Amino acid sequence: MSERIIELRDIKKSYGQVYALGGVNLSVDRGEVVGLIGDNGAGKSTLIKILSGVVKPTSGEILVRGKPVAGWSAARSRDAGIETVFQDRALAVQQTIVRNIFMGRELTGFMGWLKVNKEIAEASRLMREIGFTSKVFTPQSIVGQLSGGERQGVAIARAIYKQAELIILDEPTTALSLTETAKVFHFVRQVRASGRSILFIGHNIHHVFDIADRFVVLDRGKVALTADRNEVKSADDLINFMEDVAHPGGLPGLHEGAEQRA
Amino acid sequence: MSKAMEPDLQTPLRRTSGQAAKEWSHPSNHWLRGFVLDNRASLGTLAVFIVMMAVFMLANPTVFTTWYLYSSVLTTLPVALFVVVPLVFVVTCGEIDLSFPATMGFASWVFALVVQAGYDPFLGIAAALVTGTLLGFLVGSLVVYGGLSSLIATLGMNFLLRGLIQIINEGKSTALTSLADSWAYKIFSSQVWGIPVQIFWALAFVVFSALLFNRHRFGAQVQVVGDNPDSAKQMGIDVKLVRVKVFVFTGIGAAIAGTFSVMINFTWWPTAGDGYLLPVLASVFVGGTPTWGGIGTVVGGAIGAVTVSFIQTGVVAAGLSGFYVQFFNGLIIILSLLGHKWNQARYR
Repeated sequence: MSERIIELRDIKKSYGQVYALGGVNLSVDRGEVVGLIGDNGAGKSTLIKILSGVVKPTSGEILVRGKPVAGWSAARSRDAGIETVFQDRALAVQQTIVRNIFMGRELTGFMGWLKVNKEIAEASRLMREIGFTSKVFTPQSIVGQLSGGERQGVAIARAIYKQAELIILDEPTTALSLTETAKVFHFVRQVRASGRSILFIGHNIHHVFDIADRFVVLDRGKVALTADRNEVKSADDLINFMEDVAHPGGLPGLHEGAEQRA
Repeated sequence: MSKAMEPDLQTPLRRTSGQAAKEWSHPSNHWLRGFVLDNRASLGTLAVFIVMMAVFMLANPTVFTTWYLYSSVLTTLPVALFVVVPLVFVVTCGEIDLSFPATMGFASWVFALVVQAGYDPFLGIAAALVTGTLLGFLVGSLVVYGGLSSLIATLGMNFLLRGLIQIINEGKSTALTSLADSWAYKIFSSQVWGIPVQIFWALAFVVFSALLFNRHRFGAQVQVVGDNPDSAKQMGIDVKLVRVKVFVFTGIGAAIAGTFSVMINFTWWPTAGDGYLLPVLASVFVGGTPTWGGIGTVVGGAIGAVTVSFIQTGVVAAGLSGFYVQFFNGLIIILSLLGHKWNQARYR
């Protein structure tokens, strides 16, 4: 059994009287690509925000490499090797690509002075490494001048800069062209080949099915299904299952799989 | 969506390694062009200043050759610079601070009390700096942790602190004649080769702050927080702490400014600092820092302060009556804003 990078135990999150998450168990192992799917309002975004430390859960336990953590925050999450590419990309668009890549972990020397040249060189190396190059921009270009796909490139470059152990991709292909989508998937495979883990959130079940080793279906704040890839025959199975969850009836075979994992 | 439409996910995109050797190219690959593009806001402000001075000089060339004209500006300008520069940080961070005039008055009051009590003025300066830091922290905490609008909360704090000063002093000023013989006066407020020495301290402060803004983690985080506070938070930056820090910085700048103004006049007035509110705010925006946060220019703000201080002197020196001062103030502000709007695009 490979190492468990992060584990959420019985995570609940309520906004006033409304439960966004009602007791979710989720774990990601090293080198594994987990596909998280669910309808709008299923609680995917809340779950991502809890993993990345932006939102604190109402109750429940978070374990990093098997050890419970206290005082979970965005900074702690990044320190633990978890990087998130948020759905809105979370970029400061009036700043340079370099500044965005090093947002929150600037390369500093004596007394907090920036190592500007080192940052530029590192960003340049990183962008070449993932094939994110162009004739029209440099690491010192303003992000606001870039296209949507290029901005996604900046967000992804930022996520992989520090050899993160788990990269969370929240709807990374939304509003991207086919070639840009292909680039994102190419990147996901690169990351997996390097032995790191990915939590992939997507609306498009075909996308998720192609890429994930394991699927987690979220429905109304609860995990409705956890299934390994070999337990699911096709993407259509997943779609049928999700429809069944919405209109109870169910696929017995898949439910058994869910119980075994839980 | 049909499966046939899906991108080819299995074949690695290996051609990227072949492109790795290709160098970045950029429209601004000439150093001069790059410099102009990177500093367009402050260079624009400089252009406004040069045009304005040219107009004044054409109107009355002889007055502008007399040193006295510049000497008087160089005496008062430093006081403004010490608050304009921190305010660039505040505005870039997406906030505003209207409480600095009262902080100037309050910190310089503490300075005056210490000096009047017979202590060394250096101790007075230290006490003023501590006061400025604490007041900055108080104002910042109120805005950030109290979750108040900085525009209204700092306006309220300005009235509140000024009111306290007035209540306790009942409008009386404090004369500090002993200052003239002190070392502190010689170091901070005398003249070297006929040049008021304050301007050198102010220039050093501008250079330090420009580095802080462009080459320090603090400046980088101020810009990121002003640009997109949500992303900054998601990336683990303590957004609230950064916001409090810019108010503390303004408090420190206001304390220095207040102390300098007292040392110039040998007198502390309960209204000390009040006259700086509007010229200082005008300087920040004339200097090319936009109102929406995320970007700003310290050097531009300093040039803006120079521009604003020369308006009054220049109008009078050019032979116009004092009634023209306000008109020119307004004209320069409006023309600068139009210039900056044309000069810098806003990205979203």
